[in-house]
Amino acid sequence: MPSKEKVLELKNIAQKLRQHIIEMICQAASGHPGGSLSAADIVAVLYFHQLKHNPKDPKWVDRDRFVMSKGHAAPVLYAALAESGYFPLKYLTTLRQIGSSLQGHIDMLSLPGIEMSTGSLGQGLSAANGMALAGRLDNKDYQVYCLLGDGECQEGQVWEAAMTSAHYKLDKITAIIDHNKYQIDGSVEKIKNLKPFGDKWKSFGWNVISCDGHDVKAVCEALEEGKNYKGKPSVIIADTIKGKGVVFMEEKPLDYHGKAPTETEKEVALKALCQIILDKDENK
Amino acid sequence: MSEVKTEATRDAYGKTLVELGKENPKIVVLDADLAASTKTADFRKAFPERFFDMGVAEQDMIGTAAGLAASGKIVFASTFAVFGSGRAWDQIRISAAYTRLNVKIVVTHGGITTGEDGASHQANEDIAIMRAIPNLTVIVPADAYETAKVIRAAAKFNGPMYIRLSRIKSPLVYKDESFAYQIGKGITLRQGKDVTIIACGIMVAKALEAAEELSKQKINCRVVDLHTIKPLDKELIVRCAKETGAIVTVEEHSILGGLGGAVAEVIVENCPVPMARVGIKDMFGESGKPEELLVKYGLTAKDIAAAVGSVLKRKK
Ligand SMILES: Cc1ncc(C[n+]2csc(CCOP(=O)(O)OP(=O)(O)O)c2C)c(N)n1
Repeated sequence: MPSKEKVLELKNIAQKLRQHIIEMICQAASGHPGGSLSAADIVAVLYFHQLKHNPKDPKWVDRDRFVMSKGHAAPVLYAALAESGYFPLKYLTTLRQIGSSLQGHIDMLSLPGIEMSTGSLGQGLSAANGMALAGRLDNKDYQVYCLLGDGECQEGQVWEAAMTSAHYKLDKITAIIDHNKYQIDGSVEKIKNLKPFGDKWKSFGWNVISCDGHDVKAVCEALEEGKNYKGKPSVIIADTIKGKGVVFMEEKPLDYHGKAPTETEKEVALKALCQIILDKDENK
Repeated sequence: MSEVKTEATRDAYGKTLVELGKENPKIVVLDADLAASTKTADFRKAFPERFFDMGVAEQDMIGTAAGLAASGKIVFASTFAVFGSGRAWDQIRISAAYTRLNVKIVVTHGGITTGEDGASHQANEDIAIMRAIPNLTVIVPADAYETAKVIRAAAKFNGPMYIRLSRIKSPLVYKDESFAYQIGKGITLRQGKDVTIIACGIMVAKALEAAEELSKQKINCRVVDLHTIKPLDKELIVRCAKETGAIVTVEEHSILGGLGGAVAEVIVENCPVPMARVGIKDMFGESGKPEELLVKYGLTAKDIAAAVGSVLKRKK
C-alpha cells in the first residue's frame, strides 16, 4: 500500500493534472472539462503509482497497458503523459490546435505513450481484451487497464466486450468506471438508467470492486485488489464527481461537460487548484 | 466446350490461412460464430490456441483484433461481408483504420450470389462503405488462386485491409498461382483496342466470357482484373481509357460507390470517355439460386456484352 508521503504526493499530482486540464481547455477554448476532472485522481494513481511503464521507452514490451476508452477526456491523459515525461509540458497548450499532436480526441499515432485511439465511445474495452489475449499468448505478465465513462456503458459494445473478458477469463483486465453520474443530456439515471450497475457487471462474470474515486488511497487499494484477483476480470466502480475540484463545475455538471470555462472562471478555478495539499489537510 | 474448373474463394482462404499459420506464429484468427462458413474453422482445427471465437459480436471482434494487432499480432478477422463491413463500420474506422493497425478483415458471402439467404445476407454495398474509410486497403480477388496470393500478401502487408470473398464455387480465371501479384496493381488478362472491361471478384470470369463472345462479332475487348479497389490503379485505368476509348465496369455490387464509382471518378477527372457500369441497381436483393439471381439482377456475360454495345455506340 502507498505510504503516507506517497498518498500526499499523488493528491498533489492530481491537482497538478487538474490545473493543466483547465489551462489546456481554456487555451483551446473548447474541450471536455467535467469528465477530465472527475478522472484526475484515478489517472494520477495509474501513472504515478500503479502502471509499470517507462516514458523513455513507450513501446517497452512488458509495460502495463492503459486504454482511455472515454476519449473525450483526452486532456487528463495528455497532462499525465507530459508530467510523466513522455513529451515536454510546453506542448500541452497546443491542445486542439491545427497541426498539433494533441488531438481533440485520443490519437495513438500522434503522441508517444498512447495505446489506442478512441473518441467514438464504447470501443476501448474490446481493444483492451485484445491486448490481454496477446499478453497471454506471449506469456507476458502485463496488466491492462481500461477507463470508461458511466454514460459510455450505454453502448452495446461495452457489454459485448464485458462478455469477452469474462468468457476468456482475462484476469489481467482491470476496467475502471469513472462513475460521475452525468452524461451530456442529463443524469445517467434519467437518460438511461444503469442500475443496478454493480450487479450488471457481476452477472456478466466480473469481480466488482467499489471505491471513492477521489480518495487516492482507496483507488490504490482497489487497483491492487483488481490486479491480484485471479480467474475473472475486475471492474472498479469509482464513485466520482463530474467537474471535481472546480466548485462551479461540480455544482453545474451539465454545463461543463463539453464547454471551456471563461477567462474569469479560469482564474477562479486555478486559484483553488493551485493550493498545495499539506499533511494537515489529510482529512479534506 | 471444355469443362470449366471452379473453386470457392473462401475455400482458398481457409487453406492459405492454415499454411500461413504454420509459417508465422504471429498470426491470430478471430471469427464471429461463422467459422464453418468463412472457413476459418480450418485454422481453428490446426491452431486452436491462436483462434478466438468472439461470438455474435462483430463490433467487439474488430476492437479485439485491434488490441491484438497493437500488441504485435497479425490478425485475420472473419464473418459474412454484410456484418464485417456494415455492422462494425465505426469500429473499423476508429479502432482499425485510424490506428493503421494490422487488422485483416476477410469477409465471405460478398454480393448477391450469397443466394438463398436473401437480402439481409447479400452485401451489395460493402465496397462502397469500406473504400470511403482512409488508410483501409480494399481487395476483391477474382478467383481461388488469386485469393491465395492476396491472403499471403495480406500477411506481409503492414496495415488494415478489407478483403471480400464469395460463397459460391466460381470459375478459375488463372491457371495456377504462378502469376505475379501486387496489391494495388490491376492485371490485364486480355488485350484489346475497342473497349476495356474492368471487373473484380467473380465477375472477372464473366467479363472474359463476354469478351470471348464479342470477339466473334469482331469487337476487341481488353479485360482487366482490378482486384484492388483501394488504393486504385489510376495509371492503368487512365491508360485503358486513352488506348481503348471506352470503359465498362463490372462488379457484383451496387452500381453506387463501388468499383464502377471508383473508376468513374478517375475517368471523369483524367480522361472522360464513354463509360457504363454493370452492377446491381440501387435495390435490395432477394432469395434465389446464385445463378438465377445473377440473371435477374443483370450480372451475366450477356449483360456485359450489352453494356459494351452501348458504350461503343457512344464512342463514335
Ligand atoms: C459513439 C459515440 N456517441 C456519442 C458521442 C458523443 N459524446 C461524447 S461524451 C458523451 C457522454 C459520455 O458520458 P460519460 O461516458 O458518462 O462521460 P463523462 O461524464 O465521464 O465525461 C457523448 C454522448 C461519442 N463521443 N461517441
